[in-house]
Amino acid sequence: MALKIVKGSIDRMFDKNLQDLVRGIRNHKEDEAKYISTCIDEIKQELKQDNIAVKANAVCKLTYLQMLGYDVSWAAFNIVEVMSSSKFTYKRIGYLAASQCFHESTDVIMLTTNQIRKDLSSPNQYDTGVALTGLSCFVTPDLARDLANDIMTLMSHTKPYIRKKAVLIMYKVFLKYPESLRPAFPRLKEKLEDPDPGVQSAAVNVICELARRNPKNYLSLAPLFFKLMTSSTNNWVLIKIIKLFGALTPLEPRLGKKLIEPLTNLIHSTSAMSLLYECVNTVIAVLISLSSGMPNHSASIQLCVQKLRILIEDSDQNLKYLGLLAMSKILKTHPKSVQSHKDLILQCLDDKDESIRLRALDLLYGMVSKKNLMEIVKKLMLHVDKAEGTTYRDELLTKIIDICSQSNYQYITNFEWYISILVELTRLEGTRHGHLIASQMLDVAIRVKAIRVFAVAQMATLLDNAHLMTGNVQRKGICEVLYAAAWICGEFSEHLDNPMQTLEAMLRPKVATLPGHIQAVYVQNAAKLFATVLKNQEGNTEGTAAQETSQLMIDRLPLFVQSANLEVQERASCILQLVKYIQKLQQKDVEVAEEVIALFAGELNPVAPKAQKKVPIPEGLDLDAWINEPPSESESEDEQPKAIFAKEETKHSRPRHTEVDEKELARRREVRKQEQASNPFYIKASPSSQKVYQEAPGVDHIPVVQIDLSVPLKVPGLPMSDQYVKLEEERRQKDRADKKKKEKKKRKEKRSGRGKKHDSGPESEEDITPAHMVDIVTEEMPENALPSDDDDKDPNDPHKALDIDLDNLVEMAGRRPLADSEKLPVRSHRAAEPLKSPAEDGDAESAASQEPKKKSSKEKREKKKDKDRDRKKSKDEKKKKKHRHEEKGEDLLGSQADEPVVQSEETSEVAAPPASNTAEVSDLDFWLSNAPVPSNTQEAATLPAAVAAPVPETPSGTAPDSEPDEPKDTEPEETDKKSSKHKKKKQKKEKKEEKEKKKKKKHHHHHRHSDGGAEESVQNGTVEEEEEEPLPPMSNYCLLAENSYIKMENDIQGNLQDGSQVVVSVIFENKCDSFLKSMEFNVLDSLNSKLQRAEGSGPHDGLTVPFQLPPVVSNEARFVFTVQSIVMPQKLKGTLTFIVKNEDSSTHEKLDFKLHFTCSSYLITTPCYSDAFAKLLESGDLKCSSVKLEGVIMPFHHLLARICFHHHFSVVERVDSCASMYSRSIQGHHVCLLVKTVSEPVKLEISYNQLLCLKKKKKKKKSVLSDCDLDFSLSVPLPPSLFRQ
Amino acid sequence: MIKSILIFNNHGKPRLIRFYQYFAEEMQQQIIRETFHLVSKRDDNVCNFLEGGSLIGGSDDKLIYRHYATLYFVFCVDSSESELGILDLIQVFVETLDKCFENVCELDLIFHMDKVHYILQEVVMGGMVLETNMNEIVAQVELQNRMEKSEVAVQQPALKSHICEFAWRSVGGPRSRRLCREEHEPARDSPQHQHRRHQYQSAEPLPVLNGHPR
Repeated sequence: MALKIVKGSIDRMFDKNLQDLVRGIRNHKEDEAKYISTCIDEIKQELKQDNIAVKANAVCKLTYLQMLGYDVSWAAFNIVEVMSSSKFTYKRIGYLAASQCFHESTDVIMLTTNQIRKDLSSPNQYDTGVALTGLSCFVTPDLARDLANDIMTLMSHTKPYIRKKAVLIMYKVFLKYPESLRPAFPRLKEKLEDPDPGVQSAAVNVICELARRNPKNYLSLAPLFFKLMTSSTNNWVLIKIIKLFGALTPLEPRLGKKLIEPLTNLIHSTSAMSLLYECVNTVIAVLISLSSGMPNHSASIQLCVQKLRILIEDSDQNLKYLGLLAMSKILKTHPKSVQSHKDLILQCLDDKDESIRLRALDLLYGMVSKKNLMEIVKKLMLHVDKAEGTTYRDELLTKIIDICSQSNYQYITNFEWYISILVELTRLEGTRHGHLIASQMLDVAIRVKAIRVFAVAQMATLLDNAHLMTGNVQRKGICEVLYAAAWICGEFSEHLDNPMQTLEAMLRPKVATLPGHIQAVYVQNAAKLFATVLKNQEGNTEGTAAQETSQLMIDRLPLFVQSANLEVQERASCILQLVKYIQKLQQKDVEVAEEVIALFAGELNPVAPKAQKKVPIPEGLDLDAWINEPPSESESEDEQPKAIFAKEETKHSRPRHTEVDEKELARRREVRKQEQASNPFYIKASPSSQKVYQEAPGVDHIPVVQIDLSVPLKVPGLPMSDQYVKLEEERRQKDRADKKKKEKKKRKEKRSGRGKKHDSGPESEEDITPAHMVDIVTEEMPENALPSDDDDKDPNDPHKALDIDLDNLVEMAGRRPLADSEKLPVRSHRAAEPLKSPAEDGDAESAASQEPKKKSSKEKREKKKDKDRDRKKSKDEKKKKKHRHEEKGEDLLGSQADEPVVQSEETSEVAAPPASNTAEVSDLDFWLSNAPVPSNTQEAATLPAAVAAPVPETPSGTAPDSEPDEPKDTEPEETDKKSSKHKKKKQKKEKKEEKEKKKKKKHHHHHRHSDGGAEESVQNGTVEEEEEEPLPPMSNYCLLAENSYIKMENDIQGNLQDGSQVVVSVIFENKCDSFLKSMEFNVLDSLNSKLQRAEGSGPHDGLTVPFQLPPVVSNEARFVFTVQSIVMPQKLKGTLTFIVKNEDSSTHEKLDFKLHFTCSSYLITTPCYSDAFAKLLESGDLKCSSVKLEGVIMPFHHLLARICFHHHFSVVERVDSCASMYSRSIQGHHVCLLVKTVSEPVKLEISYNQLLCLKKKKKKKKSVLSDCDLDFSLSVPLPPSLFRQ
Repeated sequence: MIKSILIFNNHGKPRLIRFYQYFAEEMQQQIIRETFHLVSKRDDNVCNFLEGGSLIGGSDDKLIYRHYATLYFVFCVDSSESELGILDLIQVFVETLDKCFENVCELDLIFHMDKVHYILQEVVMGGMVLETNMNEIVAQVELQNRMEKSEVAVQQPALKSHICEFAWRSVGGPRSRRLCREEHEPARDSPQHQHRRHQYQSAEPLPVLNGHPR
């Protein structure tokens, strides 16, 4: 062995290490690839050796080669070997290599599970750390599932170094294994308040990542984050939190209101630019979320804009960039505040930094107005000329178009100017946005009727000079513009000065070099032009000119008929045949122009972009169904490709078309029109646009400025838009002058409604009347379009799976507690044997056999986890509670009302948490609302007895709530419900009263049952899962006494803070129609138990019940008893006296009762963690006895639920039909309970503290099903006389 | 989330690559090339943010980079990260390198890629910022190096290993260009340098980074 090591060391000396490899590569610059391939061969040899040092060295070199782009996945197994080395040095190399080249489809990953688990539990924190780091890079769903529990345990590691890594990696685990989110979340939340800032920061980091994707689930954490924000001093954490708030505010505007102030303070106070910037960003988000109903935040906006201006003016380019970026966010909702900084933004357009110029461009979009549009665009056009690099120029181009076309050309007052801008833009070389310009031209020409004359003239010029553009035939290149030009000239050919010339231009042979779709438009529109030309010629001259035109068409069209493009071919041949036919008619001196023109009659209106998508699929139409049965597969193989098939078909159809004569065409047109009229799916022109068309066939009513023909319209290559700036200026001046005159003349008359359409523009601009108006604003949609937009969410987004409701988990577990199926997989249950050291030597081979050994340590971790969670929970809740009181102050009159009760009763905080837990959901509401909630005041008013009439010696009686149906809703999970009863009832009552007025309070209802806290749910959730059988409703309250007037139900709870007190809550229910008053409650004290009475009253005086009962009303009062010994059950005799008051009479009545204190009454539900439990059992302090119980026929989980519910136990652990449970007496005795089902009978094995003996007493064999049957009595083992009652 | 961290030199040669989402090797090289192309044509006096490249990430992503002497440090991040925060993080990372390597220069990164990875692992984990306090990072790195050293010493006392050198020194070639100080930059103590280092905070030393009180 020693020899082997020495040999290995010597081997090692001659190996190349990483430095040698790097040096070698640097020395072989010419034949690097060759050198590396020899190196890889060496590495392969090294990997075959047994010496782990040699292997590690080889793997290290591979990692380097991987960076250079070499695939090293072939060495994956060797990497796993190195990972499993026991030496940190090598392990680290292995994990590094794995993190660089492993991914989900690396198959050896599954071999690593046990190794990683071992490393995670290594006593050496760096082994753990390195494993966590590696795992974070290559975690797979399988690994995540198998290791989630181990990692969760590490979240509570003693070393913050491990804790923070474990917290961070949980995010990756959640992504791969979303089921882990719910069980892990409570602990993650707990880490938000970790003492170590690094861990805290990590937790914030993870929650922010989670919340960013599914913000609504994390809204309830807002108060916690708010607290962190106001208390944390770590800027990294602050930045994350503030960013998170930015994501949350859109969901909850009230949160925004609350945030404004602290954020503003931070903005004023911080010296860190990064923090300042994020604050400003979030304030902007808040303002956006508030934009509707909050007018008085102009100060905040001003502050933001000011701060941003400072950033933009900074010499630091980064700040400038970010300032502009944030400014553009403000722009969306508060354009005016940004517009005042136009100077600054225009200045940024000249910045040398392209990123900054682009940002400034974004801003310009929102800064334009009717007034400055021309000026800004002029400036941009200058930039277009100067711009180097097509990307920036293209960006400029799109921005110009965006700016001009925004909100239906709102800011354009002169469309001639705009058309000439577009024409100028066509001179851009190499742009990719030809289609954009083209669509703008089309859009403007179609929508602005007044501009058509001008547009057609310009387009004709473009067509004439098409050769300037055809150089660039690249798709989407500038030649796209010709598409628009041809279409406009064709469609609006009636406006052409010289249609013949344009027609010729469109039929030039050079056109054939254009892309197919453009040629097709050329051909089609040539036909339209042809019609116009015919009409002109037939009217004016003798037939020869018209025939010449036809001849021209017949000469030129065959060029297109030969086109390779189907569309072109088809259109061309149709039209060719048509023209030939027309020519024949012309030769017979038939006038055809009218008929030809009729072919193209009718208005084409813009169709909404999504129109097609929005056509609903008619009922009964299955688009996926085959129209004809598909040919069998063997056949289809022999068939020709589809394209060819399609082509043939079109060819067949061609002759048919051309054979139809003109009359037939007309007839068909008629039929089609009728068909269309009756067909609901045919897209008809919208009535409004039709109306416009019919009413205004001319353009006379539209104010058109006389076109100054001196503008050199037809010279391409010369800037002409500039002319318009001047012209426009003059026009506006004239307008203004006119208006003034008008106003002087007709002051009383209202201003003409001409400009009203543009009211949305800034006020100062109302004076500017546009020269042209957009006539067609609406786009056509199918009649029964579906209004909904498509969901754009990516179905593959891994974060979708993490959209998990965490609220009911965090807030209260009852509604949907963690079921067993949701627990993170743990391999075993019981710690049956002593733990084996997890630190074992790390040979890869041993990894496989690790499983059984891991069991115990695993379990221990699990226990610890529970414990931590519990601890955190109660801590959390205390804080919550405190926070709540601090925050709400006087809002919470209701809670103030019961606050004194809590104090006087000395109810411990430990008992209280579940109650405050219940309040957690409403906390968010309370927290968010600054104003007193009306319902609270109301509640306070309805409880005057509670506040105003406290009975001095029975402070417990100060919470007289009505509780008619309470018992019905209780569920077994609420094992510690009792301890919180009175508070909860309050909540409930509150809810009842508020229900109508305050809908948001509804959560109370949903969450009411869940106050067990998360830790309870994990434990007691076990009760619920396997059997689906629902638990029967259970009630803490059992009948005390009843007569025809009144019914009394009671519940007994221990008081943890004072070991000698129990609180008895009694519900008094008035069963009759009369009024019950002057109720007095009295109990005959025993030696052991005494009712606490008011000071100064005698031992036999009764206690006045602090309320009266109207008919059919119930209310609750509390009475405190002092007990000395809690080890024996007690029965106290008592009497209730009361006056029954009718309209006419009143009678004294009394009701006797027996108050029964069982031993379990003295128990207080206390959660226990499995490791503490194990310790307790090991300690030997407990005595043990067991009881067999027969005839239990209820399901096991019901039994457990009952024990939990009625006897104040909590489940520590449960496996199959065996459960360990724990509780504590008010005097601090531990009581452990093991419940087993051995076939039928339930066997109770009871362990107890040495002071106590717990005995199962079976009163009635058959009554096991009744509620109070499982009756425990506690007794001191010695003297044995006390053993039994 | 940080999507990837790339370090390459002025010629586009990768010195460290760290992807937090999987890409095949060819794709990784393509991304490096593209990123280098985007970053290298930018002047030093323009802003350090770039809208994401076409290969990595979507519209949500940004490239945030710093150029030190011969090296580019490029972080590709999504919108959940603060831009200025990441710039500071790069600075922390480089300063940490500087401490661990004692005046780091490109050669250190060339010959000790693994060590640089180990340092990076203490700063960023799985795409999320792990630690921003430089002293803490250096302390953890040191402790791990010590551990490595003790292991190597136990097993192979006779062998001198570079690995165990506490402060890794460059082994090849003369130490030419220090990283932390850019060549055109004035000396470390000059006010301008100070300004650059504390760009995003004013008075206190790097408060954003260390988690000290604002």
